[in-house]
Amino acid sequence: MLRMMCFVMAVMASGISAADVAAVYDFDTRSEEQRYQNLIAELRCPKCQNQNIADSNSPISKDMRNVVYQMMLGGASNDEIVESLVGRFGEFVKYKPDLDSRTFMLWATPVIAVLGGLLVVAGVVVRSRRAGTVAPALSTDEQARIDKMLAERNQNGNG
Amino acid sequence: MKRFWLFMPLVVAIIVGVVLFAGIGKDPTKLDSALIGKPVPAFSLKDLKNPGSTLDESLFRGEITLLNVWGTWCPSCRDEHEALMWLAREKKVAIIGLNYKDNRDDALVWLDRLGDPYRTVIYDPKGMLGFDLGVYGAPETFVIDASGVVRYRHVGVVNGDVWEQVLLPVINEARGNG
Amino acid sequence: MYPELGQLALILALLLAVLLSVVPLVGSLTGRDNLQAFARPLAAGMFVFVGLAFAVLTHAFLTDDFSVAYVANNSNSMLPWYYKFSAVWGGHEGSLLLWILMLAGWTLAVAIFSRRLPAVMISQVLSVLGMVSVGFMLFIVVTSNPFDRLLPNVPANGADLNPLLQDFGLIVHPPMLYMGYVGFAVAFAFAIAALINGRLDAAWARWSRPWTTVAWAFLSIGIALGSWWAYYELGWGGWWFWDPVENASLLPWLSGTALMHSLAVTEKRGVFKSWTVLLAIVTFSLSLLGTFLVRSGVLTSVHAFASDPERGTFLLALLAFTIIASLILYAFRAPVVHVRSRYGSLSREIFLLLNNVLLVSATLLVAVGTLYPLVLDFFDLGRISIGEPFFNLTFSPLAVAAGLLMGVGTFSRWKKTDAGWLARKLLWPLAVSMLISTAVMVSYGGFTPWAFLGIFTAVWVTTATFWDLWGKSSSKKGRIHGLKRQSRSYYGMVLGHLGLAITMAGATVVSNYGIEREVRMVPGDVAEVGDYQFVFKGIGERQGKNFTAQYGSFDVMRDGKPVAELHPEKRQYAVGMSVMTEADIDGGLFRDLFVAVGERISDDAWAIRLQYKPLIRWLWLGAFFMAAGGFMAVSDRRYRIRARATEPSATSSLSQTDTQGTAGAVS
Repeated sequence: MLRMMCFVMAVMASGISAADVAAVYDFDTRSEEQRYQNLIAELRCPKCQNQNIADSNSPISKDMRNVVYQMMLGGASNDEIVESLVGRFGEFVKYKPDLDSRTFMLWATPVIAVLGGLLVVAGVVVRSRRAGTVAPALSTDEQARIDKMLAERNQNGNG
Repeated sequence: MKRFWLFMPLVVAIIVGVVLFAGIGKDPTKLDSALIGKPVPAFSLKDLKNPGSTLDESLFRGEITLLNVWGTWCPSCRDEHEALMWLAREKKVAIIGLNYKDNRDDALVWLDRLGDPYRTVIYDPKGMLGFDLGVYGAPETFVIDASGVVRYRHVGVVNGDVWEQVLLPVINEARGNG
Repeated sequence: MYPELGQLALILALLLAVLLSVVPLVGSLTGRDNLQAFARPLAAGMFVFVGLAFAVLTHAFLTDDFSVAYVANNSNSMLPWYYKFSAVWGGHEGSLLLWILMLAGWTLAVAIFSRRLPAVMISQVLSVLGMVSVGFMLFIVVTSNPFDRLLPNVPANGADLNPLLQDFGLIVHPPMLYMGYVGFAVAFAFAIAALINGRLDAAWARWSRPWTTVAWAFLSIGIALGSWWAYYELGWGGWWFWDPVENASLLPWLSGTALMHSLAVTEKRGVFKSWTVLLAIVTFSLSLLGTFLVRSGVLTSVHAFASDPERGTFLLALLAFTIIASLILYAFRAPVVHVRSRYGSLSREIFLLLNNVLLVSATLLVAVGTLYPLVLDFFDLGRISIGEPFFNLTFSPLAVAAGLLMGVGTFSRWKKTDAGWLARKLLWPLAVSMLISTAVMVSYGGFTPWAFLGIFTAVWVTTATFWDLWGKSSSKKGRIHGLKRQSRSYYGMVLGHLGLAITMAGATVVSNYGIEREVRMVPGDVAEVGDYQFVFKGIGERQGKNFTAQYGSFDVMRDGKPVAELHPEKRQYAVGMSVMTEADIDGGLFRDLFVAVGERISDDAWAIRLQYKPLIRWLWLGAFFMAAGGFMAVSDRRYRIRARATEPSATSSLSQTDTQGTAGAVS
């Protein structure tokens, strides 16, 4: 329904030349604009208290946003842009860690946890299949306690 | 066997505790330079004190230097200026300045008033070389060896302790190799 | 004079806490009733004195007593009174006092609402809570005294509360959050007490459940409030950043959810006891870890308090002692006897166990992602950042899997569920869910795999929940009767699961279909965001209570019709000269429109941030549903039945134990 309305609007609007404003960092297409927004959300401001360069007002973040913009205009890919910033500021500015020998455990943790958990559950199911509904034997202590309680009950009942 | 597994959470907790303990007191905002082991990036900027002259990366070849990033807008740079003067005068350290995102006139007045510890000062009003060097906040001081390769980057003020414990060992090591 | 009274009150509270830790515990281990009788009065006394200390600090704030250092650092005479009140917990020392107040409050609540528990159990639970209190009170008295004075140089005025905190969010978010964090101490205390006295059984689980559920509900509200506050306050429309402090609150929530479900199994079936106890210990440990992370400076965060290595070390020592002692007790005292119970591979027990696997995996994931940079730094392997891209990639599949399982698990039965029967039961809900999900996707436009998975999962959970409700409420006496017949506990589950579905729907839609633009506008310009047109009218100036603001005016239109008038601001606060961006939001149930003023680009051109946020309110609405579900479940009849038995407590607890053909009662 919404889409239909959009379509109608677009048809109507095409007749009127409603000029839209330019983005602060302007691109030819909305998808490029979106790509820019996504990219700056994934890069970290090197000096802020954990902010991406999209949200930070610090001068270095502005410079970085500028460079991202210029590189995008120059046709660079996301990887190239990120690499060039990493080459200057270090891996710290990337919010998505690489998968390498150092970060292997990081990426592997959820996988290992889930697989390990599934194994445990499988083990529980298998073990429960082997068990019957027989309760384990009581220890001598517990047996004595039961006997005593039953004796008391009987006493009260009779007395 | 089952009892063994019950000890695992304890082991994990102890390991995490050790890592956390080691993290106390460290400054998470001090980053290592990404340029360690790489040459100073190519640049072409004017000399602050001689506007007609253009400087490039060959400036750093020939001797071990400190590259100090500063600006008149930066209060900590003011704090460390004394130490830099001392280094230049007493320790005869070759310091090259990078005047970062600043105004030429302001910078010259500053050096005039406070003294000039720098052999040369690169004038980088747009911060382009600073950006390429990965500077994210002044003051920063780089140790650059005789072949123009970055050896170390110190974030924050330079003082006697920093010189003694941080910069001097790096310089000695660079000297040993070069 | 007053502030010293507060300090004295804290010290007295500490003494009472020490007594509480020792006396009833000794009494319970040696069988001396007269010592155990001290538990409740000591808990009450501790609360009174902590309350007194808190009142003294509040009074200092409300009367602008700047001779107290903490007041001088966090307040100002120009602050409105309600912000002066919430400034009490605006900094480290005061928020710690709030923590301790909550802990004393929970301890008192346990003391009051536990008449039916055996004396031994209650003595030990209160003693453990006393021990935790001792730790925190020592911490505050030794390293973080809120009553330190600035004599003789009393400043004329205070440094002001950080403008970001001068907001309704500060009034509600920390108290709710701490109610949750601290509330898990109760489940922890029950677990430790059970390990000490060996009475780890279904009765223990039943006693622990309501306390855990209430704490979880509060934590859900607290986290939601934090997210909402960050959204409208910080000026860029984000609602979750996977920031270490945010993660620190999510960890006990994930673990607490697992605990809540595991307790259900242990209560009903007497199984998984060892695991449930471990979860109770782990959940509170994660609360403590969160407290440490926020105050130690070990991780960088906008939300962190100012760091201090001495405090960090003390807190870590407190943490280490509590957690290591508990885990040692666990390792030695947790039962290893396997309960011989049969349950089928599709039984409800197994579904809940799978739920636990996913939740615990999610907990591990978030914990590892948060702490990993520390680990690498420890080994000198460099400084890396782990943020949204990582967490979104790894957390989303777990959330989706949990949701899908939840839907299926709703139909499962205890002990055994026939696979064929289950499959047949699922067919219709599945088909309906597919249909609805597709419709939703079409209406928002644009198909992406993750959007579909998220929406489908949310719809699936909703459909399954209602399907099950429909099935259970069919009755010969009519639908209403059937609905009334369901227990509050069941409705609690319905609300809770619905809440999760709503949150998932909100998160998925806003992440995939939201639009963010940063545009350059001069007055008169019109910007397009989705179906909406934002007309920039101009920037004026206005004066607030303690700030001046550049006041923007925007008209929002849709299809030519006006929708809203928005006034974002850039405020400059008189004290401290800080500049704050205040976004203006037109909030709605189905979408938010968000405008924030950025930089001035030239004389009349400004950078304006415009956002269209579909279903964003569902994120927080869902959390409130979840909390409501929790509170509803706790009001269930079973927790309000007065014990009619008059036998001595030892045998009465035996008679209350579930016996369903399992040997779970044997400890």
